[in-house]
Amino acid sequence: MLYDGGAIGILPIMADLEDLKTALLSDIAAAADESALEAVRVASLGKKGSISTLLSGLGKMSPDERKTEGAAINTLKEAVAAALSARRGVLKDAALEARLANETLDVTLPVRPHGAAAGRIHPISQVMDELAEIFADMGFSIAEGPDIETDDYNFTKLNFPPDHPARDMHDTFFFHPDKQGRRKVLRTHTSPVQVRTMLAQKPPIRVICPGRTYRCDSDQTHTPMFHQVEGLVIDRSSNLGHLKWILEEFLKAFFETPTVNLRFRPSYFPFTEPSMEVDVQCSRKDGEIRFGEGSDWLEILGCGMVHSNVLRNCGLDPEIYQGFAWGIGIDRLAMLKYGMPDLRAFFEADVRWLKHYGFRPLDFPSLASGLSP
Amino acid sequence: MKFTLSWLKDHLETDASLTEIVDALTRIGLEVEHVEDPAAALHDFKIARIVEAKPHPNADRLQVCLVETGGEGLVQVVCGAPNARAGLKTVFAPPGAVIPAKQITLSKGVIRGVESNGMLCSGAELGLSGDHDGILELPEAAPVGLQFAPWAGLADPVIEFNLLPNRPDAMGVEGVARDLAAAGLGRFKGRKITPVPASLSVAFAARIDLAAGDSHLAPAFALRLIRGVRNGESPDWLRKRLTAIGLRPINALVDITNYLSFDRARPLHVFDAAKVKGDLVVRRARAGESLNALDGRVYALDEEMIVIADDRGPQSLAGIMGGADTGCDEATTEVLIEAALWHPANIARTGRRLGINSDARYRFERSVDPAFLLPGLELATALTLEFCGGAASDIALAGKIPERDHRIVFFQGEVTRLTGLDLPPSEITGILEHLGFELVYSPGNSDRFVVKVPSFRPDIEGPADLVEEVIRIAGLDRVASRPFARESAGAPAPKLTPLQRRVRTAKRALAAAGLVEAVTWSFISHARAEAFGGGAAELSLANPIAAELSDMRPSLLPGLIASAQRNADRGHGDVALFEVGQIFFGEEEGDQKIAAAALRQGLAKTSGAGRNWLTGAQPADVFDVKADALALLTALGVPTSGLQIVPGGPDWLHPGRSATLQFGPKTKIGYFGEIHPRALAAMGADGPLVCFEVVLNDIPVTKSKPTKTKPRLELFELMPLQRDFAFVVDRSVLAGELVKAALAADKALIVKAEVFDVYEGPGVAEGKKSVAISVTLQPRDRTLTESDIDAVAAKIVAEASQRAGASLRG
Repeated sequence: MLYDGGAIGILPIMADLEDLKTALLSDIAAAADESALEAVRVASLGKKGSISTLLSGLGKMSPDERKTEGAAINTLKEAVAAALSARRGVLKDAALEARLANETLDVTLPVRPHGAAAGRIHPISQVMDELAEIFADMGFSIAEGPDIETDDYNFTKLNFPPDHPARDMHDTFFFHPDKQGRRKVLRTHTSPVQVRTMLAQKPPIRVICPGRTYRCDSDQTHTPMFHQVEGLVIDRSSNLGHLKWILEEFLKAFFETPTVNLRFRPSYFPFTEPSMEVDVQCSRKDGEIRFGEGSDWLEILGCGMVHSNVLRNCGLDPEIYQGFAWGIGIDRLAMLKYGMPDLRAFFEADVRWLKHYGFRPLDFPSLASGLSP
Repeated sequence: MKFTLSWLKDHLETDASLTEIVDALTRIGLEVEHVEDPAAALHDFKIARIVEAKPHPNADRLQVCLVETGGEGLVQVVCGAPNARAGLKTVFAPPGAVIPAKQITLSKGVIRGVESNGMLCSGAELGLSGDHDGILELPEAAPVGLQFAPWAGLADPVIEFNLLPNRPDAMGVEGVARDLAAAGLGRFKGRKITPVPASLSVAFAARIDLAAGDSHLAPAFALRLIRGVRNGESPDWLRKRLTAIGLRPINALVDITNYLSFDRARPLHVFDAAKVKGDLVVRRARAGESLNALDGRVYALDEEMIVIADDRGPQSLAGIMGGADTGCDEATTEVLIEAALWHPANIARTGRRLGINSDARYRFERSVDPAFLLPGLELATALTLEFCGGAASDIALAGKIPERDHRIVFFQGEVTRLTGLDLPPSEITGILEHLGFELVYSPGNSDRFVVKVPSFRPDIEGPADLVEEVIRIAGLDRVASRPFARESAGAPAPKLTPLQRRVRTAKRALAAAGLVEAVTWSFISHARAEAFGGGAAELSLANPIAAELSDMRPSLLPGLIASAQRNADRGHGDVALFEVGQIFFGEEEGDQKIAAAALRQGLAKTSGAGRNWLTGAQPADVFDVKADALALLTALGVPTSGLQIVPGGPDWLHPGRSATLQFGPKTKIGYFGEIHPRALAAMGADGPLVCFEVVLNDIPVTKSKPTKTKPRLELFELMPLQRDFAFVVDRSVLAGELVKAALAADKALIVKAEVFDVYEGPGVAEGKKSVAISVTLQPRDRTLTESDIDAVAAKIVAEASQRAGASLRG
């Protein structure tokens, strides 16, 4: 230290101030850390520091001296304070840089495990949601019924004659007869839900009935359990023309295609009259199927006007009420739309299959967002 | 059902092309499945003449032939047939032709050093017969160079269509022709059948011996005896037709019955009268009887089956198959032709029971035209006399041919009402008349008439059936699609039921928790059903498709466990699966419920599956599935405040690592925990596995509120504050009890109490544990002073001590 404040007895001259400034600024610049810098501050601007001592000497001066000397000392003080502050900033930045330089991560390490990403919705559930969405837009509610049905609801009320081949053990799963000899069945179609709906609700009726169905059948294209959706409209005026329109709108919406061309062929079902099968025009290429074009016709569903016996069996007067019904396989719809080759894989719960063909939980079908992800 | 084009033209006068006919058949409901044109496969095969046949220089059995084929020059062919000789007319296949029987494409070749430019063909090689002993020998008149197939009458396309069960009339070619004529494809010939007068006077009887209540099983049974027949090959045209539709010509008498079965949907049977002992009687089979049938097999009969028997026993299984002992062969000189009516359901049952699928069964079980019984017998008689000669007796008839007089009152407007298509009245009546319906008009009312249904259309019941007839012939493509209003006045607005919403939400919530949705069989093995609380007799199938799919599942878990194990066996062990689906507690509607269940295996934790560098390898545990269950309930909007988690679950869970989810002892909704080792053993699965199952129907429904407006949000000005407590309790005390005690200490101030640490070990006495809980206080109207807080803390300690025997850890 060049000047010890207490030791100065004579008035400093301007040149001395310049020396002091030079010495202090050099000390500040040389301070390697915050504590060294603080020592310079105490030695200069502290209570007993060199500049403070000079300032306290002003009182003994004449007013003129005070004026010139005072201004000079204050200029020195400001310069030193500014230098201290600047140096402090530099040192802080340096300390931060040094700390950050040590704080490194291996950013290529994997993230914290996130269980939710693996979840999937089965294609059958996804398609059921799509169907609910499409038909709600056309005014259809969802009706459901039990899988274990009475023979009456599964067959008799639907106008199956007592000896119809469908009632054979080769086609239908039966339970053991009860004490009265009545045998329940695993429903062979979701049509008993039509019966339940007509018995429970007065027309107008517009429902779709999705659900599990069962038949004693197992090969590459048949599984003993499968899924079906049926539609039912009962009112006083709905006819085949309306049925055609609904099926066209449904298939366009479901396959997300601007046009579909349908071919109606006369057919036979016990519970409809007239009955029809519907083929949809398509082209197939490399396992992909496209609708509204091509030269193939793919049989896709059965339908018809509800048989007057069925209406009567369900307590509705066929002279007043009329309507139509259709049925289609949900698994098959899923296969056609999303291209799964084998029905049996639907029920094997192979996670590789489910992850490939399944849907993400937030891929919720809606008409606003588009049905398929 | 199959027929050939020329056969169709027996009954239909038409200029329509094959394509037009095929398209029309599909359009009117006789969906064509297959059209086979045998001439197409023989397109390249020509009639040729062998000009010269010399021995092959290098082979004893071969000949070198020079063949005239209609082209320039002679063609050299090496031939191995012993009958190849100069002057023989036969069939020549040039190089490039495909041999039908072998599906081999011919090429030019050198056979033992001699060039061969084609092939001379046997009947077997052309797929025409079983004869492969030599090449075909054509008559001298056969024109060399012509295509062989058209010359041989093989250019008759075979059409196969899918017969609908309600169209027994279309089981005969004549019925098909009637439909096509109605659809405008030509004129229906409606060939008349002239009765054949008897020229043989002989006394014989046809008898029905059935109890009074059984007469429906055999309403009518007719026989006709023809003597002096010479049974041999039937005419060429008939043999060709039968062969074309896949039947084997046998002899004239048998061929006639097969022919009429397809031509007129009228099955018949022929007995060799010389082999019949006594009268032929229709009766029930007797226990222990059997039939030595025409297919060479012996069938054991039961008393539900109807037979035609002679004095020795059953000689024919009624309406299904005849017996070998009285069958007709080349030696037959007198024949009994049988035409009868049988009960469709009885025929179906017998056929199924014995596993016989004959053309007769096929027709009788779909019902045949009763009115054609006698005409059919007359036609068979006429053909027999024509082919085999002889003299016919009168017809002996037992029973009565039912007369069906079914009439339907029909309004023309029905067509428009059901189809939306407005057809001119003349078109409607024209179609019905073409199809064989008789229309009877009442005076002054042309819109309404009575329709008399022909006997060959038993399927026509009411007006809707007539509408179907009209519309299928008029063309379904004429029905225009009509927009359908979205709203239907009076129909309920489409909205999911609470349960449907739960199902849909449950699936999305569980998938969002990282679980993969499985859809597994509704039926499982009896042993597995029993291991999971099921296996009741009323829920086991009488006819399961496989032994391991015999019982309705009482829980979704067996299916999920089996699925997880299959995945593990394939090397994918860390799987988390769920299913939402039906489970069965009984066969009544109310006992069939919808459950949601999840299963975690291996390292499939809620926080992610498998090992990772942050947390290492941790197996999924009970708290993972507890989290899944609670996440599900939260997603379903179930108020978890009233939810009780009670230790212990069903038998198939580990007794110490399981809990029941309930709102009270009578409102159990499910459980979670680790699968019991015994249940694992029953499933043949490797553990540990953790799971939960919740029955969605059993979750109480919160009453729907009258308003959609949510309750007012209460925001406190004052900050909440937390105090931590470490309690020492017996090891058996449930942490949940301490939380409940803390919450009960001051219901106004305490808004939350949570366990944040559990410790056993040094510093805590043996048999004790330390449970630390954090309690949150929410001051409402004034700041709490230290003494306020101390008072609440004292109450918490007191409650914990009283309820759980807890003391503050020193």
